Amino acid sequence: MAKASVAVHKLTSCSGCQSVILNMGDNLLKLIELVDIRHFIEAGVNAPDAQVDVAFVEGSISTHEDEERIKRVREQSRFVVAIGACACSGGVQALRNVKDSAHWASAVYADPGYLDSLADSSPVAELIKVDLELWGCPISERQLIAAIRALLHGVAPVLPTEKVCQECKRAGQVCVLVSQASPCMGPVTRAGCGALCPSFGAPCYTCFGPSEQPNCDALGERLVGLGIPAQQVAERFVSISAGAKPFQRAWARWRIPVKELEP
Amino acid sequence: MQQSAFLPHQALAQLFDVLQRDGYTVVGPTAEQGAILYRQLDSVDQLPVGLVDHQAPGRYRLEQQAHGRYFDWVGTAQGLKPWLFTPEQPLMVAREVEGGLRFESVHENVPPTAVIGVRGCDLAALALQDKHFLQGEYPDPHYSTRREQLLLIAVNCHRSAATCFCVSTGDGPEVTGGADMVLDELDQGFWVRATSPRGSALLARLPTRPLPGWHKRRSKTLRKRARVQQRALPSRDLRTPLYQARDDETLWQSVADRCLTCGNCAAVCPTCFCSRVDEESPLDGGQSTQVRRWDTCFNDEHSYLVGHVVRKSAVHKYRQWLTHKLAIWHDQYDRSGCTGCGRCITWCPVGIDIVEEVQRLCTEVKAQEPHE
Repeated sequence: MAKASVAVHKLTSCSGCQSVILNMGDNLLKLIELVDIRHFIEAGVNAPDAQVDVAFVEGSISTHEDEERIKRVREQSRFVVAIGACACSGGVQALRNVKDSAHWASAVYADPGYLDSLADSSPVAELIKVDLELWGCPISERQLIAAIRALLHGVAPVLPTEKVCQECKRAGQVCVLVSQASPCMGPVTRAGCGALCPSFGAPCYTCFGPSEQPNCDALGERLVGLGIPAQQVAERFVSISAGAKPFQRAWARWRIPVKELEP
Repeated sequence: MQQSAFLPHQALAQLFDVLQRDGYTVVGPTAEQGAILYRQLDSVDQLPVGLVDHQAPGRYRLEQQAHGRYFDWVGTAQGLKPWLFTPEQPLMVAREVEGGLRFESVHENVPPTAVIGVRGCDLAALALQDKHFLQGEYPDPHYSTRREQLLLIAVNCHRSAATCFCVSTGDGPEVTGGADMVLDELDQGFWVRATSPRGSALLARLPTRPLPGWHKRRSKTLRKRARVQQRALPSRDLRTPLYQARDDETLWQSVADRCLTCGNCAAVCPTCFCSRVDEESPLDGGQSTQVRRWDTCFNDEHSYLVGHVVRKSAVHKYRQWLTHKLAIWHDQYDRSGCTGCGRCITWCPVGIDIVEEVQRLCTEVKAQEPHE
């Protein structure tokens, strides 16, 4: 039987999720035995128009080129798997969707005329049909391997939608929200990281996007009740997965509008 | 045989020595990540000397006090549950071999384990978990292996946290059974009582002295003082009001609005026993391990049946958790599933208070009853 063919595409992103694949060690060597990698620019294989069984897509739709590219990827691929917070939610660059970002470009670039950005940074699923989403910033190697294994077996991968709290408690961690009044997003964030930040005493930053049934209102009310300024609470929701709808709504609820200075 | 004696404070190290010489892994309380946790300990120096805990709904803080007592704290972040019903338990492995598959069960070598510092509420919870995991039709071999190796040295609570309500459930603050040895700690030392043959044998090897009468009297006074608690469940058997409340979803909306459905309450509950089984394979697919993981009734997947999540909303999830624990358990296990430890109150990130919710539900159900 022919080996399954795979492409790893990059849109607007930091390449961190591609790095997770390159960083798999022995599993990377095993992966090369199991599949035929046709395109993976960070690994030096460059054939973006290759027809494949599975296309992994990193990055958000942030430019006109991304828009064109993702439509071709869909046509060329049997399955499209969005990988990472950018491809699944629009990523950290989706901050511009919710903030008053009109003059950012002129504040940063000497000549913003060369920029070709869309007004919003969007998840891949907003433009094309996506067969599977692997969330995370970056994605978890464990989930990636489980998903590839399932696809090779010909079954649908099973991915958690439960909250980070569940992984946190299984790992024997103490809740940082309860013990330190730390603004942890774990109760509204999808599991997958193994409660990485709480394991080091830090609050969760929403890397894996919204969990099932995220009660952002109740969490936001609690954080404000703990004395955290409302604007800071708003900003906790829109960081890594800023484009996710439940987090955008929470931002809209808690933010304190300020009149931006004229550029 | 001597059953009751005085152990000077500085002689606690000898209890560790005796246990370690007998091959026991010693597990006890220690301060870590801003809370008291049970951890494997090497020496008494790791015990939380002079630390007390302040608990409130959604809040836990430690305070260092000037005294030298080891067990003046009241609640650990977790009870005995993770030591017996482990959060991640491989159950079996299937391997690809020539001509087919080979299935292997997972067996563990668990060393004898002595837990020091256990409280009445957690021993009562242990008895409930025993009922579930050992006394049913299908005893759990993984729980059983660990349970058989357990030696329990309990401590009577001389304080109650603001979140404790064990008096109303009948499970504390004094130890009501299930331990091998029970301690009452004062500044000078411990009143040690052996409560099992293993406890007696252990007591005989400790450098004890006759128990002074004042130690006994003072301990009893402190135990009595700890019985003054800020919270109490309305009754031990809440089947009637809760089965009535179950039928009216509107009664559950106010708590569901605040509930994060994060499942922290169930994860820290010493009696909650739900789990799911995940399949895990390496990339080459040559083997498959079935792993049992803690799960809670607050997860969608928990009530997933033939393509449908049965309990989808926070109303249904919270109602399931509360009515199962406080009502349905009576039918399943002949008592309530709550031992009054208060962990679900303290460790709820938004501070939902089970006692307050039950009192509210009972009041609202009563208000709905037609007047005679």
